[in-house]
Amino acid sequence: MGALVVAEGGAQFVAPGPQSFLYPEILPGVTKPVLQIALAVILVGAFYVIASGRLKLVPGKGQFISEYLYDFVRNGIGREQIAAKDLRPYLPLLLTMFTFILVNNLFGFIPFFQLPTMAHIGFPLGLALLSWVLFMFVGIKRHGFVHYFGKTLFPPDVPKGVLVLFTPIEFVSTFIFRPITLTVRLFATMFAGHIMLLVFIEGGTYFLEQSVIGIKFISPVAYVMAIGLSFLELLIQCLQAYVFTMLTANYIGSALADGH
Amino acid sequence: MNITLTAPGLAAIGYGLAAIGPGVGVGLIFAAVINGTARQPEAQGKLIGIAWQTFVLVEALALLGFVLFFLAS
Repeated sequence: MGALVVAEGGAQFVAPGPQSFLYPEILPGVTKPVLQIALAVILVGAFYVIASGRLKLVPGKGQFISEYLYDFVRNGIGREQIAAKDLRPYLPLLLTMFTFILVNNLFGFIPFFQLPTMAHIGFPLGLALLSWVLFMFVGIKRHGFVHYFGKTLFPPDVPKGVLVLFTPIEFVSTFIFRPITLTVRLFATMFAGHIMLLVFIEGGTYFLEQSVIGIKFISPVAYVMAIGLSFLELLIQCLQAYVFTMLTANYIGSALADGH
Repeated sequence: MNITLTAPGLAAIGYGLAAIGPGVGVGLIFAAVINGTARQPEAQGKLIGIAWQTFVLVEALALLGFVLFFLAS
């Protein structure tokens, strides 16, 4: 099929892949994703500093957005995962994490950025390691080293014989797979979504450049698909920010909980 | 006709097979949500919350396969 299309003229279609994510360095060591993540830090920080600096009884638009986000993170994420008496110290982290990931993901949808920052695995890896270190630290601080690992790996209500199976599985899934799946989930959804859009857009351009008139008519179909999929991506980007924050809250909540 | 199996081709087939399981799993989760909502419409909010939580656990398998596809090809 590929050889057939090439024979009719035009360049070979290059399928988008990991090489599509390599950007030239603007300054030494600074590429587009690095700029984006710095911009996201400034945006989120400035937004919350300004919004919390002048709170009014009757909220304006900015205050409404910040209060809506806070309400969503506290009631939709925090209260479901962390016991109410422990929730307060972790709310700023959860709120910042949610907004930060959301802004970074939305860069994939906003024109002229058009690249979700989290499609580079280093950024979600950093966030996942933060979450990993945090939930273990919180658990050890609350329960002590021995009791925390004891309650996680050797719950008292599990029969002794089952522990042979239970403990290794629980150890791997809790302390090794959690950061990996957090990283890969955020990274791979952003990466896959970006590649999917690239396939349709580059494919549409490729069809448009063909010399045969009939083939040119395929390209609008590809572009329309790309627009539709952009909105699907918008949904997924918001969902992944929610999921990452929710899982972090879940890990903190389960580390804090007293036994099962 | 001469078919040669290349590493990317095999990786694509492998990922296609690996996506079956999570596909069925995600389908079952949301089928249960639809079922539950039909039986008890006021529980929809709670059900959807639980559904997303289990959905991400199942989805992780498909995404691991996706990453392995790029590692293998």
